[in-house]
Amino acid sequence: MIKIKKFIGPASALALAVAAASPAMAKDYSQFGIEKDLPGTCSYEAIDAKDYSGRSLNVITHAIPVIGEPTALHAEQFAELTGAEVNVVHVPFGDLFQRIMIPFQSEQNAYDVLFYASLWIGDFNRFLEPVPQKYLDSTGMADVTDSFTGVATWNGQMIQYPMDGDRHYLKYRTDIFDNADVQAKFLADTGSELVVPETWEDYNKVAAYFNDSDWDGDGELNYGSAEVAKRDDLMFSAFISRAAPYAKHPNVKGGFFFDLETMEPLINSPGFVRGLKLFVDAQKSFPPGGNNFGLGDEIFSFGGGQTLMSYSWDDAYVQANGADSRIRNMVAAAPLPGAGEVWNRDTGKWDTFATPNRAPYMTWGWSSAVSSMSEEQDMAFDFLCFFSNEANAQHDLQIGRFGVNPYRDEHLDVDFWKGLGWEDKTANSYVSTLSNMEKSQNRVFDLRVPGVSQFMSSMANGVAEAMSGQKSAQEALDGVAKEWAEITDRIGKDRLREAYANVVKLEDNEG
Amino acid sequence: MLSSKHFFLLPALLTLVAIILFPLLFTVRVSFSSWDVFQSGLDFIGGSNYVRVFEDQRFWQSLQRLSLLSIISVSLQYTLGFALALAVWKQVRGGRLMRVLFLIPMMTTPVVMSVIWRTVFHESLGPVNDILSAFGVGPVPWLSSATGAFISVLIVEVWQWTPFMFLLLLAGLVSLPKEPYLAAAIDGAGTWRTFWQVTFPLMAPITIGALIIRLIEASKIMDTVYVLTSGGPGTATETSSYYIYIRGLRDFQIGYSAALSLVYLVIMIISLTIIAKLLLRMLVGKDE
Repeated sequence: MIKIKKFIGPASALALAVAAASPAMAKDYSQFGIEKDLPGTCSYEAIDAKDYSGRSLNVITHAIPVIGEPTALHAEQFAELTGAEVNVVHVPFGDLFQRIMIPFQSEQNAYDVLFYASLWIGDFNRFLEPVPQKYLDSTGMADVTDSFTGVATWNGQMIQYPMDGDRHYLKYRTDIFDNADVQAKFLADTGSELVVPETWEDYNKVAAYFNDSDWDGDGELNYGSAEVAKRDDLMFSAFISRAAPYAKHPNVKGGFFFDLETMEPLINSPGFVRGLKLFVDAQKSFPPGGNNFGLGDEIFSFGGGQTLMSYSWDDAYVQANGADSRIRNMVAAAPLPGAGEVWNRDTGKWDTFATPNRAPYMTWGWSSAVSSMSEEQDMAFDFLCFFSNEANAQHDLQIGRFGVNPYRDEHLDVDFWKGLGWEDKTANSYVSTLSNMEKSQNRVFDLRVPGVSQFMSSMANGVAEAMSGQKSAQEALDGVAKEWAEITDRIGKDRLREAYANVVKLEDNEG
Repeated sequence: MLSSKHFFLLPALLTLVAIILFPLLFTVRVSFSSWDVFQSGLDFIGGSNYVRVFEDQRFWQSLQRLSLLSIISVSLQYTLGFALALAVWKQVRGGRLMRVLFLIPMMTTPVVMSVIWRTVFHESLGPVNDILSAFGVGPVPWLSSATGAFISVLIVEVWQWTPFMFLLLLAGLVSLPKEPYLAAAIDGAGTWRTFWQVTFPLMAPITIGALIIRLIEASKIMDTVYVLTSGGPGTATETSSYYIYIRGLRDFQIGYSAALSLVYLVIMIISLTIIAKLLLRMLVGKDE
């Protein structure tokens, strides 16, 4: 519990007097851990001018450190600046959904501000307060990328407050891929040039070649690929990344997970099955125990230099390029591999692409919102605006464990990342990969519909059954499709279709 | 006829209703509703959730897996716990210290210990495979193969709960009468014979109690599975309670998970009653 305007003391009073006497001199807020306050609608200075003494704000967020730590930090700062009492509840990921949903369903005003996975918007939207116009017009909001404005929007209205931007992309070791000796040996052994994989088939081949050998010469075995493959630990995102280019045809509109018209599941279509087969095949290039890797293991494995390639969120990339990393600046980013053949569900045939089809996956990410039952909505939105103000966002981006990734155009500035000590290729490839995903016309978004957890849990189980060899890829996904049809019947086709239309609009670039 | 003295029972009765009966009756009511992520009211859908339970292959498979896991782990815990209790029961050097050491696993938090065991079993970074590799063995797929993961869960369960068996059986041994042992010694019975014909039969009641208590507890295994394997690889270590957790708290299918819980409860009551009867017949030789 944080309260009292602590900074109002003799020293602060003196500082305020000095500031008042010379208005051109900006107040120093570096005691809050930021380099300097940056101008903006909810800058430190602007929030400092507000007085919420005697009022309290209840916030629910994820456990520390991911999102939980920046929430606690900015809550403390907000309390100090405004005099408000800010109570922060930290909840492990597995419990977060129900801890938010149960008070909503029982109409209890338990929390004013919520931090949660953005794909739950399909379930939470009816309980959230739309972002007021004055915040939509704020400086911070003006710079949010189109993708993450779309992620925060429901039925044309912004109801989530953007504070994170997540995507999956490829990460690889440049000290190996750019090494002339390694390239020559690879060519001699395989008859192919060693290039950054363009397709998932290439990815598996390169991973297999470099698997189980000490290619970095540190006396320890290295491996081809680290992937999030543990059931119930975000493995569904890894599978979607792998299946997307085979199943998301750039010329076929109207749904990736479902056919929007009929609401028939497409999860067992040949594109998804191909993606799953390749995921199963990739296991032979995982480190020992790699098919039980959760996100933490993947970050540790790639970020620690054990594996040649990986793909997921920014965390492993930031860790690999951290000041104390032994592979700092030996890592680059690239788009997720694509597919040379893409399933066309309109014609029922595979279409061949000379340039591999890419389907960047804007995979969930964190978001925030204000409860429509909150009696402190003005303060709650001020808190979210302050949380994501320009200075705080720049600060949070630099700390990998905070889990805050680029979501504004200004975050995609090479110089900002070079300022962290990243060399040209590391910074340029990162920024260009992320920027190009924003420009893509063939993006895939999460299934943001009511009951999304049921759909994803069912999919993760089917994928896990195939990965463990209990079922073939086709059998496993047929089982998932059957279960998805049952969930659809329980929830109601029309209700689902209405929600899914929001996702399709984003994917078909109509949003 | 009610008199004033009956009112003294009221606090206890109210507590009973609040703690046991209300949640149970509420769960029964919820199980007949479609309470879900999109439908929060207690509507009435008849027995649909129960029909779904009987068609749910994943639930029945998880129950079979749980039965196997419980039987093997409790048998191992009993055997090891009895052996340890016998060792400490006799006057051995450092017996008191050993008693304290044996109890440490039981006193640790299952979630924390599962995290530590997960690190121990980590196939590329954990110490177990490191040690085994020194002997030219491995790497053993502790958590990434179906058999390995099942054995890993079993090891953690046995490690954590053998002390409980040890404690109960040691208490039983300490309370045994001395006379039968004197009689056995006079008759010239050796250690082995004394164990099978005196100690084991005398310990039968406490053995049955210990086995039933542990079977009840083992059938609720959830935290170890959650942390160690998340039910994988595939569904190789998915137990009933973990499956009910997924349906209830992760998928937010509250009505359906209530039905799953009640079916599971009835199955447990019936099967444990049968097991208790069988044990009584086998170890004591009669039903009562």
